Amino acid sequence: MNHTSPMLELDCIDVSIGELTVVSQLSLAIEAHQFWGVLGKNGAGKTTLLKALAGLISLDAGSIRLMGETLGAVDRKVTAQRLGMLTQHTDYAFEATLEQTALMGRHPHLGPWERESAEDYAKVHQALDRLSLLPLKDRSCMDLSGGESRRLALATLLVQDPSVFVLDEPTNHLDPANQVSVLNVMGQHIRTQKKAGIMALHEVNLATCYCTHCLMLFGDGQWLAGPTETLLTTANLSRLYDCHIRLVDDGEQQVFAVGA
Amino acid sequence: MPINGRLLWAGLALLLFLPISLWVAVSWGSSGWVWLGLEGGGDERVLWSLRFPRAVAAWVTGALLAVSGCLMQVLLRNPLADPYILGLSGGASVFALIGLSLAGTLGIAWMPIPLLAFSGALFTMVTVFVLARGRGAWSSTRILLTGVVVAAGWGAVISLLLTLGPDASLRSMLFWMMGDLSYAQLSPLWLGVALLGLALIWLRARSLNVMAQGEVQAALLGESTQSRFWEVYIVASLLTGVAVSIAGAIGFVGLIVPHLMRLVVGADHRVLLPACAFFGGGFLVLADTLARTLLAPQQLPVGVLTAFIGVPLFLWLLNRAIRVQ
Repeated sequence: MNHTSPMLELDCIDVSIGELTVVSQLSLAIEAHQFWGVLGKNGAGKTTLLKALAGLISLDAGSIRLMGETLGAVDRKVTAQRLGMLTQHTDYAFEATLEQTALMGRHPHLGPWERESAEDYAKVHQALDRLSLLPLKDRSCMDLSGGESRRLALATLLVQDPSVFVLDEPTNHLDPANQVSVLNVMGQHIRTQKKAGIMALHEVNLATCYCTHCLMLFGDGQWLAGPTETLLTTANLSRLYDCHIRLVDDGEQQVFAVGA
Repeated sequence: MPINGRLLWAGLALLLFLPISLWVAVSWGSSGWVWLGLEGGGDERVLWSLRFPRAVAAWVTGALLAVSGCLMQVLLRNPLADPYILGLSGGASVFALIGLSLAGTLGIAWMPIPLLAFSGALFTMVTVFVLARGRGAWSSTRILLTGVVVAAGWGAVISLLLTLGPDASLRSMLFWMMGDLSYAQLSPLWLGVALLGLALIWLRARSLNVMAQGEVQAALLGESTQSRFWEVYIVASLLTGVAVSIAGAIGFVGLIVPHLMRLVVGADHRVLLPACAFFGGGFLVLADTLARTLLAPQQLPVGVLTAFIGVPLFLWLLNRAIRVQ
């Protein structure tokens, strides 16, 4: 592992799905402690781009380097130790307790014959605790509400403990209080643990609070990337969402709102 | 893993289930209950030589079906899947029925029915594999649809064979299709396949846990999903093929046992698969004992018994699941 290289580096990548060009010639470097937000209209290809970053779909051109090594040239298991992704939906087909489900996050770290150690269980309990799920640890994953199931998926990801977190709409199904607490957990983890993150979001104001950098997808292959404070302007956002966005300031907080 | 008292007791009970079921199977017959060791003599030797191999065959068949059902459920991510859902029993039946009707028409006394059944299952396995693989990408929907359609095709061929088959063979054909252990014999083939299954269980059990979460989740947790899924498919098919070749298409064992065992020991396949093997084996031994004795001297096909036990049991499980939710 090369410590001077960025954690995740995109080199002139082209990604498309069907007829839609998601990005063309996208280059950017995600360093440790950075938390990127991916913004764009519905159907702009946020999920597709994140899947490409996680190695789930192939690139049309360019290459991605994860911790200095080309993605796809490395064994999936090693990739899973370094990069973890929260998918937009998680569905469980079989009953298992929350503890058992979260424990699967240790899978890439264990050899085929190896059993989970007490340390692995401690990691599970810690992660469940951070997402306020510890009291439910013996419940079945089939009996969870949408929000609980989302938090369980995030807990599993924390147990997997990758260096790069790819999150596809982590605040889906969460009420405002849980949105903030989940992003607080992720944001703090990335700031303090030498991790990096990139997440797709619909809520611009959450991006201004939690993201150090943003990437805008315009849905035709064009993109803009940069630090949050310089990139998130009313002009850029109005162009991105194709509607009038204005900045509302009550003296205490500035929020973006859809203008009349 | 923390010591779990409940799991320990369940394990102990399952281990004891093997000798107990075999003992019951040898002791109980059309002539009533025999206390082994007390009466002694030649009669007891006859019981051992007649009933013990059949009980062992039942155990192996039940264990294979239960494990294979559990694997199919993971493969298709569907708790309703059973070992036959992809048409393996249909293929085996068609080959076996052709053998039986040929034997009937041509008056040949000896037909290698188990071998024919096994080839039928293998043929189906390869057909479904080739058709479902298509452009190369695996998906549970694709393999499920392919398998179900192939199974429906076999169903039509079976009806045709039963219609055209000679009357003399009809009875044995029906018995075969419902599952019957009367002619089961010990064979070295079992050992190889059973060992293959065990190897997969021990090497891949934790991977199965991850695969049960779906292909995307499995890939994100570091599994090379394509090869893993085909591996599970092939092993599950081989286990089913051997089971069908021993005793015909015995239903419900592969569906019910994994369900029950998930309730008892949980969803971790490192525990679940051995539990399925032990419970499925013991269950079929007892079911076969009942099939021999209930209407003695008339023998019932064991598949009828497993269906009589399986249908209410499954409905009860289903009801329970709905109530929990």
